[in-house]
Amino acid sequence: MNVIAPEPITADLSALAARFRQVLPPECVVTDTIARKPFETDAQTMHRQMPGIVVLPETVAQVSEVLRLCREFGVPVVPRGAGTGLSGGATPVPGGVLLAMTKFNRILDVDYANRVVVAQPGVTNLGITRAVEDDGFYYAPDPSSQIACTIGGNVAQNSGGVHCLKYGLTVNNILGVELVTMDGEVLRVGGKHLDPEGYDLLSIITGSEGLLGVITEVTVRILPKPETVRALLVSFDSIEAGGACVADVIASGIIPAGMEMMDRITIDAVEEYCAPGYPADAAAILICELDGPAAEVDYLIERVTAIATRNGAIGVRASQSEEERLLFWLGRKSAFPAAAKMKPDYYVLDGTIPRNKLAPVLARIGELSRASGLTIANVFHVGDGNLHPLILYDANVPGEMEAAEHLGHDILRLCVSVGGVLTGEHGVGTEKRDLMPEMFTDLDMQQQQRLKCAFDPGQHLNPGKVFPTLHRCAELGAMHVHKGKTAFPELPRF
Amino acid sequence: MTSAYKPTDEKELAELISWASAEARPLELVGSGTKRGLGCPVKINGRGIPAKVDLSGIAGVVFYEPEELVISVRPGTPLEQVNQMLAERNQMLAFEPLDWGWLLCGESKYGTIGGAISVGSSGPRRVKAGAARDFVLGAHAVNGRGECFKSGGRVVKNVTGYDLHKLMTGAYGTLGAFTEITLKVLPAPEKTYTLLIHGLKPERAVEALTAAANSPFEVSGLAHIPAPEAARSQVPYVGRADRAITAIRVEGHGVSVTHRMEELKKLVAPFGPLEELHSMNSRRFWSEVRDAWLLPPDHQVVWRVSVPPTNGAAIIAASGADSWLMDWAGGLIWLGYESAAAGQGARIRAAMTEGGHALLVRAPDAVRREEAVFQPQAEGLAKLSARVKAGFDPSGIFNPGRMGAVSLPGAA
Ligand SMILES: Cc1cc2nc3c(=O)[nH]c(=O)nc-3n(C[C@H](O)[C@H](O)[C@@H](O)COP(=O)(O)OP(=O)(O)OC[C@H]3O[C@@H](n4cnc5c(N)ncnc54)[C@H](O)[C@@H]3O)c2cc1C
Ligand SMILES: Cc1cc2nc3c(=O)[nH]c(=O)nc-3n(C[C@H](O)[C@H](O)[C@H](O)COP(=O)(O)OP(=O)(O)OC[C@H]3O[C@@H](n4cnc5c(N)ncnc54)[C@H](O)[C@@H]3O)c2cc1C
Repeated sequence: MNVIAPEPITADLSALAARFRQVLPPECVVTDTIARKPFETDAQTMHRQMPGIVVLPETVAQVSEVLRLCREFGVPVVPRGAGTGLSGGATPVPGGVLLAMTKFNRILDVDYANRVVVAQPGVTNLGITRAVEDDGFYYAPDPSSQIACTIGGNVAQNSGGVHCLKYGLTVNNILGVELVTMDGEVLRVGGKHLDPEGYDLLSIITGSEGLLGVITEVTVRILPKPETVRALLVSFDSIEAGGACVADVIASGIIPAGMEMMDRITIDAVEEYCAPGYPADAAAILICELDGPAAEVDYLIERVTAIATRNGAIGVRASQSEEERLLFWLGRKSAFPAAAKMKPDYYVLDGTIPRNKLAPVLARIGELSRASGLTIANVFHVGDGNLHPLILYDANVPGEMEAAEHLGHDILRLCVSVGGVLTGEHGVGTEKRDLMPEMFTDLDMQQQQRLKCAFDPGQHLNPGKVFPTLHRCAELGAMHVHKGKTAFPELPRF
Repeated sequence: MTSAYKPTDEKELAELISWASAEARPLELVGSGTKRGLGCPVKINGRGIPAKVDLSGIAGVVFYEPEELVISVRPGTPLEQVNQMLAERNQMLAFEPLDWGWLLCGESKYGTIGGAISVGSSGPRRVKAGAARDFVLGAHAVNGRGECFKSGGRVVKNVTGYDLHKLMTGAYGTLGAFTEITLKVLPAPEKTYTLLIHGLKPERAVEALTAAANSPFEVSGLAHIPAPEAARSQVPYVGRADRAITAIRVEGHGVSVTHRMEELKKLVAPFGPLEELHSMNSRRFWSEVRDAWLLPPDHQVVWRVSVPPTNGAAIIAASGADSWLMDWAGGLIWLGYESAAAGQGARIRAAMTEGGHALLVRAPDAVRREEAVFQPQAEGLAKLSARVKAGFDPSGIFNPGRMGAVSLPGAA
């Protein structure tokens, strides 16, 4: 699968670079081949593409000018944060401009009275929490990549994390953005208030994967740190038993801060990698984290323990100290690097399924894995049904990468077929673009593309991502009507 | 002559809309009509009076899976029926949809779930649980071309494609007609307690509410009611207080609620004399706050103002309002005026120095036609909104003008 450009690019890139140099400091316009090389891929490394020009603007006015020039030259632009995306959203477009937002790395306002932080988009996710933690606050969404990924990238991807079961995804935790559109206009949407002031554009800018505009500022909500955090490490002799336990916890009215599960293959891999001391006899382990007031956490630890026991848990340990809790998490947080030790490459999937479909879906994934000959390690946000099967392969073995991709797509189709979705938090990008028709009809996707057209009618921003079929905006906007043909249908009147 | 249609399923609705679109006939989408008084009146605009499309016939529960925390309903389903169904399984719509009937019809009228989502308003729990749109997981709808489309799904964690269903939440039926809405639900709290502080002035109340909001005690309601409005409460502890009431809500498991109430009491003790409401009284009180029921019913003009919490008290002081309520720790202000007078909206908006949204909720029709009912937007944002509208409804047939200029045909 290659990234397709919508149309051949005819503009003269060196002329464009010269124009960029008139509005940006020279070191912010990168045309040198070696210097451009690091930008040829994001963390979805199956696809690579050298960008035509890399620009690293430092001010909003420069972003605006860059976009205006790209439009003038008819050159596509791909925004980029830290490049940790897993779906190819920041993969460059051939002959296009890559606009990296990493120089926007300042926190602009810490406002405890209104419980918000205003940050530039290149600030890392963890950087926000770091700025407020000494005063007892934090920013809730916590993708595993939080040390590196940017808040701008989080907004563009609507990223989640292990705690979104209780605290929601990015969209549930931000109040405003500043956005530069393709015609260079700077728009402010939302702010420090809670109600939207018209159409709730923030809800679609979040998760727009760099297709609607360039985010130049984000206002996030911050929360007081919970009084206490404790975790349970529960082991089961079957995935089914674990899944049933999770369902029972939720059905009993408890929403833990996070519920994470991993299968035997992953347990072995992380034991090998960092020895967190997970039970040796478990087919699956569940980490259930509870946070909040001390009295509540202790009470819920007891209740979840009882539910786990009732569901046939073969081991239950409650963390007695912060060190122990972190040890429980060590294995979970190391799952990706541990998998990377087992084989040179892995392909991580991100489908979400209804929780009650867990057991049959995992069984089917096992069958698909065996049939393909590729090992799959399963580690997932079980509380909200978000699976992360890691397909292990070796790109140096001819055909293995294609086989991994093929297997991945089969698994995503399986997720959709049981009422789930293609991606829970990593985004569509290029990687799942061609699978969109599994979930959406042409009409569904056209309605989404019309939204894209409202923001970027020339389709210069991140083209070739998300949507498998390109339509010109004029075509999407046309009305095909047969005026006067329908005598109005006989519908019952009042 | 005004015509009215009552389609009974998605197919009939789509046929009706295709026809109206071809003929450029405006349509007014109505659930049960309880919130027609909210937003701008639809504009006639030289194309004839919009034909009413009564969506109450597209009703019923598609599925409800309590253990999955999800319910899917057709838009005409009465909100009360949804609330009731959820309550039977100890669950709830956590964004606390309002009973707008009190403000708009003078009596309790919850209307349909489609209407509740289309005006998108959230109650006191917004500060903790999130807004209406945060609970809309997916939807099926018909656009202004008569095409049926869907977005989202039935799972909480989903970033596949744009969240058109969230954009349509709060769009007052100007983008499309919902035919199915899938909502996330949450467990209802076992206990609901409220800590009351007596006799604070608004600025001081915001300080107390901020202290509670910034504490780790997971409060889910932060309101301040001046003495005259508190006197209207049917909860004796509030109604007979004879003083302003600052209220902090704590919900959850019994042991947790007890613990947090004790901690919060220590935290806010310096502010004034304390009292508490137990579950039954709390539920009653917070529905009075949610619906702005505590505002005098004969005050002709009511505004709902969403601002950064620190701006709330200043807006109350500058507004010249005859009655008011504060919610969301100062972030939501309800303002009432005995009667309409020129410049009320301008005065409120001039005091909103840190951004936000002032919505005219109740006013005589003449005022609703004259006043900017929604917060006027910067030009670029307004133009973009109008293009978004045109992308859903190119001939501008849905509820023309209902959200002001951006929702009029030709605004893009
Ligand atoms: C001495 C006294 C003081 C009161 N003070 C207040 C007050 O300050 N504010 C207020 O709003 N109402 C107060 N009430 C009224 C009373 O608590 C409620 O109206 C009552 O109906 C509780 O119902 P609830 O649904 O609110 O229960 P909850 O709020 O859930 O519980 C209220 C109280 O009742 C106790 N309780 C609940 N179930 C049982 C049970 N099965 N056996 C024993 N105790 C139980 C709880 O421990 C708690 O103290 C008081 C009543 C009494 C007798
Ligand atoms: C080891 C690892 C673990 C991960 N764990 C998680 C996880 O737990 N949860 C999760 O949700 N994700 C996870 N991810 C995925 C990734 O970290 C997130 O998607 C993250 O939000 C991407 O941020 P970024 O700054 O790296 O963005 P990039 O990868 O640079 O860009 C991502 C997308 O956003 C767009 N974009 C970036 N910045 C802007 C901007 N300022 N304006 C407009 N568009 C912009 C890009 O065009 C692209 O489409 C993980 C990734 C890795 C490598």
